[in-house]
Amino acid sequence: MSKYVIIGNSTGAIGCVEGIRSVDKSGEITLIASEPHHTYSRPLISYLLCGKTDEQRMKYRSDSFYKDNKVRKMLGKTVVSVDNNAKKVLLADGKEVPYEKLMIATGSVPFVPPMDGLDKVKKRFSFMTLDDAHKLEKAITPQSKVLIVGAGLIGLKCAEGINDKVKSITVVDLADRILPSILDYEGSAVVRRHIESKGVKFYLSDSVKTFEKNKAALVSGAEIDFDILVLAVGVRPCVTLISDIGGKVNRGIVTDDKCRTSLKDIYAAGDCTESHDVSSNTNKVMALLPNAYMQGETAGINMAGGNAHYDNAIPMNAIGFFGLHIITAGTYEGESYTSTADGNYKKLFYKSNRLKGYIMIGDIKRAGIYTSLIKKRTPLCSIDFELIKEKPQLMAFSRKARKEFLAK
Amino acid sequence: MKRIYVDEKWCLGCHLCEYYCAFANSGKDDMAKALKNVKINPRIQIEEKDGISFAVSCRHCEEPLCVKGCITGALSVVDGVIQIDSDKCVGCYTCVLSCPYGAIMPSESDDGVVQKCELCLKNSHGKPACVEGCPNRAIIYEEKE
Ligand SMILES: Cc1cc2nc3c(=O)[nH]c(=O)nc-3n(C[C@H](O)[C@H](O)[C@H](O)COP(=O)(O)OP(=O)(O)OC[C@H]3O[C@@H](n4cnc5c(N)ncnc54)[C@H](O)[C@@H]3O)c2cc1C
Ligand code: SF4
Ligand code: SF4
Repeated sequence: MSKYVIIGNSTGAIGCVEGIRSVDKSGEITLIASEPHHTYSRPLISYLLCGKTDEQRMKYRSDSFYKDNKVRKMLGKTVVSVDNNAKKVLLADGKEVPYEKLMIATGSVPFVPPMDGLDKVKKRFSFMTLDDAHKLEKAITPQSKVLIVGAGLIGLKCAEGINDKVKSITVVDLADRILPSILDYEGSAVVRRHIESKGVKFYLSDSVKTFEKNKAALVSGAEIDFDILVLAVGVRPCVTLISDIGGKVNRGIVTDDKCRTSLKDIYAAGDCTESHDVSSNTNKVMALLPNAYMQGETAGINMAGGNAHYDNAIPMNAIGFFGLHIITAGTYEGESYTSTADGNYKKLFYKSNRLKGYIMIGDIKRAGIYTSLIKKRTPLCSIDFELIKEKPQLMAFSRKARKEFLAK
Repeated sequence: MKRIYVDEKWCLGCHLCEYYCAFANSGKDDMAKALKNVKINPRIQIEEKDGISFAVSCRHCEEPLCVKGCITGALSVVDGVIQIDSDKCVGCYTCVLSCPYGAIMPSESDDGVVQKCELCLKNSHGKPACVEGCPNRAIIYEEKE
């Protein structure tokens, strides 16, 4: 019997392996995942398409990772159900794998809302996995006219990845701005102008009314010719393994700060979960890689009998498009301070003596100093806020705090 | 583990550590050739204001948020030292977003990969050049408890 069973083979799962092994060097770990590949960095699929990485370099951990960590891997296998009474998981091929402690790191899948005529479109893709990237790469030609539905992170990363390899890219989104989940209106306009300057066309506050084989009619009346369609509207956390057996699920699997689900001996991490955002004091799905790692590692330590808490999660994101870098974190509420010096864009949000969130576009240097203020909920009266507004710096802290940072 | 510690009481604000760092990581063996007419982008950087100054470089954290958040696995812990594999790094700057000290930064290279203090263990210097270059022992390299 395997002591630990992990479902998934991406960030959450790898964090879990490393968490377990920091406490228990030998307890048997079985890792099961539908995707057949060695663990890879999901965000790199767009970098792969534009040639900035390759399949070897995009491996998230070294070739010897499973061996080094004594992980028995079962790749290309899908778990269809969990029996939490008998403590075993059932695979699609009928096999059963018993567990003592179980990790669910099943991530998310693309969400495709019903759209009129969608079944007439033959060349239709999502952009979530390495296999998706390969399929898209095979389909595009220098003559391709690509339509991307969704101007969020995934849709735009896809656009960047293939822009040099196709004739045209058009992006449609219902929202009034691009990257609505991480940018305010002004910041979004800055990034949009930059992406437009690379030839990408946007239709915002608009959506597809009907699809023909090679044409999309938009609600606004515009018509777009295309031969390749990429759907990047949104994602849906994979929660059914837990919801099917009565575990607590809202939008994602509900987890506590030890990354436990509501079911005994079952833990969860990553994009399939919902956790506490300390910047807004609400529970939400924070589908981001650093978060998946921290949750996986925390769960792993606890599964192996250690005692770890992950209690300072916030939404945070670093992303770039065509050389323009964006870093954002936290929640955009309260008063704000904006600076647009030297063609950069920066906005800080603060309330009740705390930094709540920030947006930096262009100059992103030392952004982590701001992130840390949000996570630690540092009282702004304890630092020189006017100084740190200008740029992130340790000079804004007290001499005592600095000693703590640099001399200890 | 041996770490770099900075005492602002002794810092003269002379910026020599920055030059030693840039030289040690330049791959050149002549300091004048390495630094003349070059705008340096050292891995240790001085902050200064109103007569206070101090050097900031990677703390080689026990809880290295940069490593845990790295989207590619380019950052790793090797015997306590936080190292960067520039071949794997894609310059996404998730580590810049994560580091509480602002101690990891974009390099000058075209592909924008990050750079950070690696205690000179990977360059020809072999031990922290900033420490040796500091005329007032404001930067020390030692084992504390
Ligand atoms: C194009 C793109 C760009 C991105 N860019 C960034 C970025 O720049 N920064 C950032 O922070 N985040 C980014 N993300 C998000 C990031 O990739 C995710 O947050 C991260 O991968 C989450 O990891 P995870 O382990 O929770 O799940 P996933 O990566 O979704 O992995 C889930 C795993 O579970 C397996 N699985 C699922 N169900 C089953 C089952 N029933 N049985 C067996 N196996 C199963 C799957 O095969 C897979 O291996 C990006 C995502 C995409 C798609
Ligand atoms: S780069 Fe920053 S977070 Fe990473 S180890 Fe150094 S000081 Fe710590
Ligand atoms: S910039 Fe490089 S080292 Fe930093 S998180 Fe991204 S890939 Fe990792």
